[in-house]
Amino acid sequence: MAHIPPEKHTSLILSVEGVEKSFDGFKAINDLNFYLREGELRTVIGPNGAGKSTFMDLITARTKPDAGKIQFHLDNGQDVDLTRVREHDVSQLGIGRKFQNPTVYSSHTVYDNLKLSLSGERGIFHSLFYREKPADRDKIYSVLETIRLVKHAEDLAGALSHGQKQWLEIGMLLAQDPKIMLVDEPAAGMSDEETERTGELLLSLQGKHSLIVIEHDMEFVRQIASRVTVLHQGHVLKEGSFDFVKSDPQVIEVYLGRQTRKH
Amino acid sequence: MKLFDNKIEFGGYLGACVVLLLILPAMNAFFPDGSALHFSSFQLSLWGKYVTYAVMAMSLNLLWGYTGLLCLCQSLFFALGAYAFGMYLMLHIGVDDVYNTALPDFMDFQGYTALPWYWAPFENGAFAIAATMLVPGVLAFVFGFLAFRSRIKGVYFSILTQALTYAASLFFFKNNLDLFGNNFILFGGNNGLTDFKEIFGYDVNAASTQRWIFVMSAILMLVVYLIIAWLLKTKFGKVQQAIRDSENRVRFSGYSTTTYKMLIFVGTSMVAGIAGAFYVPQVGGINANEMTPAKSLDVVVWVALGGRGTKFGPIIGAIVVNIIKSYTTRAYPDSWLIILGAIFMLVVLFMPNGLVGLPKQLAPVLARIRGNNSTSATPAS
Repeated sequence: MAHIPPEKHTSLILSVEGVEKSFDGFKAINDLNFYLREGELRTVIGPNGAGKSTFMDLITARTKPDAGKIQFHLDNGQDVDLTRVREHDVSQLGIGRKFQNPTVYSSHTVYDNLKLSLSGERGIFHSLFYREKPADRDKIYSVLETIRLVKHAEDLAGALSHGQKQWLEIGMLLAQDPKIMLVDEPAAGMSDEETERTGELLLSLQGKHSLIVIEHDMEFVRQIASRVTVLHQGHVLKEGSFDFVKSDPQVIEVYLGRQTRKH
Repeated sequence: MKLFDNKIEFGGYLGACVVLLLILPAMNAFFPDGSALHFSSFQLSLWGKYVTYAVMAMSLNLLWGYTGLLCLCQSLFFALGAYAFGMYLMLHIGVDDVYNTALPDFMDFQGYTALPWYWAPFENGAFAIAATMLVPGVLAFVFGFLAFRSRIKGVYFSILTQALTYAASLFFFKNNLDLFGNNFILFGGNNGLTDFKEIFGYDVNAASTQRWIFVMSAILMLVVYLIIAWLLKTKFGKVQQAIRDSENRVRFSGYSTTTYKMLIFVGTSMVAGIAGAFYVPQVGGINANEMTPAKSLDVVVWVALGGRGTKFGPIIGAIVVNIIKSYTTRAYPDSWLIILGAIFMLVVLFMPNGLVGLPKQLAPVLARIRGNNSTSATPAS
């Protein structure tokens, strides 16, 4: 493979190497190489059909690649092969995913939404005889503060505004103490003010967590992005700083050009 | 942990205890026939049937209302429990039947002289009682394992459970099964199991026995209610409702939703099965009609009408619909189905939260009426 992993010896947390995935002959992911460092906030952009969602599905073991390696590097130096993990075990490893549409438990309170997401046991027996500990409560409130929903703790999640639901879902990921957070279009459908607050929220999380954010809104990408990966036809087209990527002729050709025409 | 949400619920529960455990049995036992306060044994066993139906509806509600799985084989689980206990009752008819042998009549009729091996253990009461829960439980386990593991959900799950019910009813309508040249007698075919004589040594048709069975059915319902109330307050119950709202999120939070759904599916099937066991001695028989797809849809109607996803709804729905059904089948033998259908449509169209949701639904209307009356007296406040 032509790609050389950057500083593999220091603090890589995720490596995706030579991954291929086809659906009925359509190559959704084509020789994809992607590396994420610990504490990094990475933005992934690309036109529709570039394979962004499939890319997330692969990391969360929702779909299995046809070829290639996806490795999650643990603190203790061990590597976990994410292609061999069951879907519901991925979050226990420390990978959380926020879906594109806000998916919260609408008939539960905001507080209970976070309670169900707290890291810890997931077994049936545990859930039948679980009793809330003070530490759980503190943890939930600290998450509520981060996502600025303390006032809404006892409201039903279904009654929240669209933006608040998105934050709650990010909070649900935080409650799991994830090492890697995959965030799919967090700003979609948000007002300008909500978008900006979402950006602040994500920026405040980098360092503590490694984040991969998929986003369409270039203004938002500019606000949050330190490093941007451009996907095109299931392959990494360019990678670099926002300004570098924005002024790249190839990127303008396949992605940004269309965006500006659309506006 | 508090089991009841509020005083109204607690009061309703206490009221149900008093009526079902004290008032109705006492009216049946202590007031002579003809007295205005007498509650006939016929009425009592009719109510006993409603109560067992209510338990079945509660079990479906736990699956459909709280977990989002519209299961169309609850009546099958119910009927399997009923058959299991009916087999016990059948084997204790003694020699007073038509053929005067220890075998059930339908076996004599087909020339059997010995009990088939798969019938024999049901002579034992404890085995039969265990089977009322284990037979539906095992079926639910196998079916649930295959369905949930393949991520079958929504309408596909409903259709598959419907098909399972249909297949089972066809099987139970048969008298015999011819398997590779071996003839197996089944479970009474069209007529099913009926004409019972005794239950654990007591005369099954005696008023006092029937009264005890009624009281035990009521206890079953009240206990199942408490178990459900407890379950819904636990984290398990919250996960269950979260699966209904967003299964993907639950799975990505690290819960094996398959395991959770399996436990609920198997558990509710066992509850339906034991309800069926209480149904048999009070109705006096069980046949394959009770497990047809139409019956499984009936249960869905009761739950929807009473209030899906509420604790009291299925009980009220099951009892109200069956009271109306008992009345209309006698009063309007030709058109009762149309009447029931019309009621169901009205409820679905105008009461999305069912009968128990009615007070809440009407509250704003009542407030407006009251508000209009008082606006003349008091200015806006």
